[in-house]
Amino acid sequence: MLRKFFASRWGIIGTGAFIGVFAPLLQKWGNPGNMGICVACFERDIAGALGLHRADVVQYMRPEIIGFVLGALIAAYLFKEFRPRAGSAPIVRFVLGAFAMIGALVFLGCPWRAMLRLAGGDGNAVFGILGLIGGIWVGTGFLKGGYNLGRAQETNTVVGWILPLIMVGLLALMLLFPQVEGQPQSGILFYSIKGPGSLHAPLFIALGVGLAVGILAQRSRFCTMGAFRDLILFRQTHLFLGVVALVVVAFITNLILNQFNPGFANQPVAHTMEIWNFGGMVLAGLAFALAGGCPGRQLFLAGEGDGDAAIFVLGMITGAAFAHNFGLASSPQGVGPHGIAAVVIGLVVCLFIGFTMRKKVA
Amino acid sequence: MSDMVDARGLSCPQPVLLTIEKIKKVKKGEIAIFVDTDTSRENVSRAATSQGWKVKGIKSDEKGYRITIVKK
Repeated sequence: MLRKFFASRWGIIGTGAFIGVFAPLLQKWGNPGNMGICVACFERDIAGALGLHRADVVQYMRPEIIGFVLGALIAAYLFKEFRPRAGSAPIVRFVLGAFAMIGALVFLGCPWRAMLRLAGGDGNAVFGILGLIGGIWVGTGFLKGGYNLGRAQETNTVVGWILPLIMVGLLALMLLFPQVEGQPQSGILFYSIKGPGSLHAPLFIALGVGLAVGILAQRSRFCTMGAFRDLILFRQTHLFLGVVALVVVAFITNLILNQFNPGFANQPVAHTMEIWNFGGMVLAGLAFALAGGCPGRQLFLAGEGDGDAAIFVLGMITGAAFAHNFGLASSPQGVGPHGIAAVVIGLVVCLFIGFTMRKKVA
Repeated sequence: MSDMVDARGLSCPQPVLLTIEKIKKVKKGEIAIFVDTDTSRENVSRAATSQGWKVKGIKSDEKGYRITIVKK
């Protein structure tokens, strides 16, 4: 019964609506502007908390991400859907993850945040979303042409547990080395004392919302990339309804919370170089399409035992470290010194992968 | 059983792509589709229904699901 509900239209709409309510609320409870939830930004903050990059404004161990993976793990076990599997071109997925993150950090947000920025009145998000759709559209061209990453194999349970265990480890580090007021470091963890990394909801609220989203999204297969892909490829609106619900409900919630500020200039954690808002998300959208899921979806897949999705996640975290160590990420002042070059290289790499990965499966 | 699609181990949206490809080729009759995740089971069933086919039955074993779809 419950299983049927989540697979239904109302299941996916409910998940989008839940995120639409709680992302703006997380912002109210302390998360950065129009960043109640951002999978790319939060994985980047985690890379910073671990010291993989030293951009001191974006370092925080985001409990939402930990909750997403563990929530999906719980849901998968509750509904007997945990299936350890791996081996579908993991190295390609790692590279796609890294460039997806680099593209997202040129725009400053994952697809979820692109929708949340739109729902918060940030007009620049329109260019990011158009880029996202453009990138996914290119990806569907490859899919129609026979692109695929090959079959995954059923494997040892432990393979499916690795990323969830890494998340448990990250949570343990956070509890072991809690934030000290005004200090940039606690034990081995870094904590931003200024910038978006310093803005966060209380730990257990963030973790609780993350777990709930993880459970709902695992059940309903919520995916922002799949939403546009299925619309373009099959004219199917199922996943798209979830994204529409997210935007509409987040917009209403922002109005109620007085968080709706329409405009282009001076939007929180955003820049106005529209060509690169667009270009960054073309790269990210293409990489998501080639990897079969948006960053959120990859976390939920990893929680239900997909070792290849876990590799994509680690690729994203590594990409974030590169982005901030080598000046690829944007800031409110605009693109980083090497951001444009990174987008061009990323597109070339993704096109190369798209044209060459065509293993015959039928 | 003449027509079958083996989509086990393939990630989104391959199972649906292969199913629709097969549907377009055989036009009517019965097709057995093998998938290994619940997401694929739902997606393939949804896609077949939207193409005017009926899901006749779903059998599960330790390797996944066998979805039988028909169109007269």
